[in-house]
Amino acid sequence: MWQVRIGAVLALVLGLVVGWWVVSSEINQTRPFKLGLDLSGGTHLVYRADTSNLSESDVPESMAALRDTIERRVNLFGVSEPVVQTERGGRFSGEVEERLIIELPGVTDTQEAVALIGQTPVLEFRLMKEGGDISDTSTEDLFEEASVTGAHLSRASVEFGQGAGGLSNQPVVALHFNSEGSDLFADMTRENVGRIFGIFLDGVPISTPIIQEPILGGSAVISGSFNLDEAKELVRNLNFGALPVPIELLSTQTIGATLGAQAVSDGLVAAIWGISFVALFMVFWYRLPGVVAVISLTIYIVVMLALFKFVPVVLTAAGIAGFILSIGLAVDANVLIFERIKEEFEKGDATADAIKNGFARAWLPIRDGNLSSLITAVILFWFGTSLVEGFALVFGVGVLISMITAITVSRTLLLILNINRRGSLSKFIFGSGIKL
Amino acid sequence: MLIVKYRKTFFWISGVIVALSLGSVLFFGLNFGVDFTGGTLIEVRYESPVPSQDVVQSTLSSIGLTGTSIRPAGDDGYIIRAGALSDEQRGSLEEVLSINNEYVASVERLNEIGPTIGQELRNKALIAIVLVSLAIILYIAFTFRGVSKPVSSWIYGLIAIVALLHDVLVPFGVFAVLGNFLGSQVDTLFVMALLAILGYSVNDTIVVFDRVRENLKGNADRGRKEEFALTVGKSLNQTYARSINTSLTTLLVLFSLFLLGPEATQDFALVLMVGVIAGTYSSLMLATPLLVAIERRGKN
Repeated sequence: MWQVRIGAVLALVLGLVVGWWVVSSEINQTRPFKLGLDLSGGTHLVYRADTSNLSESDVPESMAALRDTIERRVNLFGVSEPVVQTERGGRFSGEVEERLIIELPGVTDTQEAVALIGQTPVLEFRLMKEGGDISDTSTEDLFEEASVTGAHLSRASVEFGQGAGGLSNQPVVALHFNSEGSDLFADMTRENVGRIFGIFLDGVPISTPIIQEPILGGSAVISGSFNLDEAKELVRNLNFGALPVPIELLSTQTIGATLGAQAVSDGLVAAIWGISFVALFMVFWYRLPGVVAVISLTIYIVVMLALFKFVPVVLTAAGIAGFILSIGLAVDANVLIFERIKEEFEKGDATADAIKNGFARAWLPIRDGNLSSLITAVILFWFGTSLVEGFALVFGVGVLISMITAITVSRTLLLILNINRRGSLSKFIFGSGIKL
Repeated sequence: MLIVKYRKTFFWISGVIVALSLGSVLFFGLNFGVDFTGGTLIEVRYESPVPSQDVVQSTLSSIGLTGTSIRPAGDDGYIIRAGALSDEQRGSLEEVLSINNEYVASVERLNEIGPTIGQELRNKALIAIVLVSLAIILYIAFTFRGVSKPVSSWIYGLIAIVALLHDVLVPFGVFAVLGNFLGSQVDTLFVMALLAILGYSVNDTIVVFDRVRENLKGNADRGRKEEFALTVGKSLNQTYARSINTSLTTLLVLFSLFLLGPEATQDFALVLMVGVIAGTYSSLMLATPLLVAIERRGKN
């Protein structure tokens, strides 16, 4: 009995602590809920990348470079937490295609975003002007065009060699020019030793090495304090950054901030009313066990909210709907258990036995029902689009957590009540419904 | 007991409901959303004054937007469906909707779905529905594997699917009617609601079947012979209170979501409400009596 009591106290204290954290982290904004684009406002773009001119083995690298390129452009928006990701889609419409998904929170001018993202990337080489002043911020003022262009570069690769600091095995980036490029590059380096050679992608410098000596063989080495990842990224940008992977706009979704805010407050109101109705119903119909169910339901809700913050789960309108639906289902396990306990009472069991047996008997249908809901959630999650994923994740996690709180919290709380069902009072509080 | 005894009546009722749903789908057709058909969805809000629907319509056709349909959204806005937008059309949308600066328009929502994405979503939705159904038959057949008399465990799974078909057809029927009169759309959210109904309705059916399984086992353990119809009737009596109470609480939640929740999930809540009612009905009055009917047929 003591163990059960300790368990019950622990569950309640834990619920309070977690609840306090949910509220305080929201007020202090230390860990606010993460809202999806449809609630916070923003633009979601899907592009198809035409990789038909590339060999199969180059596709992943060129997609990564395309992502880097777009990410650089997106950063020009000054958006907080933009998302740029690649995806292989189209499995269900016939041809497999490479896609680029871009999320711009807070951006509501679709056309501006589309115009900026849709440009074809350019790789340029430039020389820093003599006497160029670093404080000169404009690229045009600081750099002049070099005679070699991006088109002269045949490939770049990561090599290991003598680094600038004399450390061996430091990664360096090797550039290999084609024959025309080799001549131009040789002339240029011969005449401009000591000047800064700028490599620009989309007008943004990605590397600015200094020309140390004339380079005649058509192969240059950029050494510097690269780590391996930085060297690889530079190589990828050089090889694929300017590669023409044409992108085509497949879909756009833009939600204004007011519409999103409206959805959040409406969702909140709906959730509060929905929960209140359910709580009232449970208390009036199932009486004392109903009160227990409400407490365990509250703990369930608090745990879910904390999970949303902690993981964090990106909340969408669909996700909130999934959560509200899961509250309805969370009641189910409790209802099953209470109906069973009542039956056990009617058979003449003592209170504690009735509760234990009731739980034991309710377990099978709870397990089967929740597992079938989980199967649905998993398939939904796989179903793909971000909209559905949000719903499926919340719904699936909700089913799992609600099952656990029902069979642990409700059970512990009912057991510590230690009520003997002899008196007419306990008969009433463990009864249900209305006597006709 | 009543339900098992008068099962033929309930089969007829279910048959009529399914026929009506199918009929309205065939008669009215379904109003598919842009996420399945491809195209553009624009939600525009006006600061007062709000231009009339006809004015908006003619303005849109003047910039060459094809296939538009407009319906009011709230008191101060419209939801516009149209074909694909060109870059210029997208860029000048807000300006055009302001109609020579006579009104103050703001585009609150703009969804453009390319035809491939639409087709892909459609196929995915179908595959998901089929997969969920298959997974559920397999799961039920597996978890009821201990039960083979008088009805094999596969039958339990199959009956659950018959009930599911019923529960899916009814929302389709309702939305065919609503789509025709109110412009409600069958979109991704609708499919999600449908899939949630699949999970919910199976849950309901499983609870009743589970009771049948338990009572059969109890009888076998005590070596008691009891007519199958009687066992099923008892099981129903023992579970209907739970079924109705659970549906009621879920409906309470959905009803608040429908009345007070975000506009975006209103139709979603409606589909779910229809599905929950259909699901509770079908597990009590279709699935369970079907068990008895199949057992009777096996005997003869």
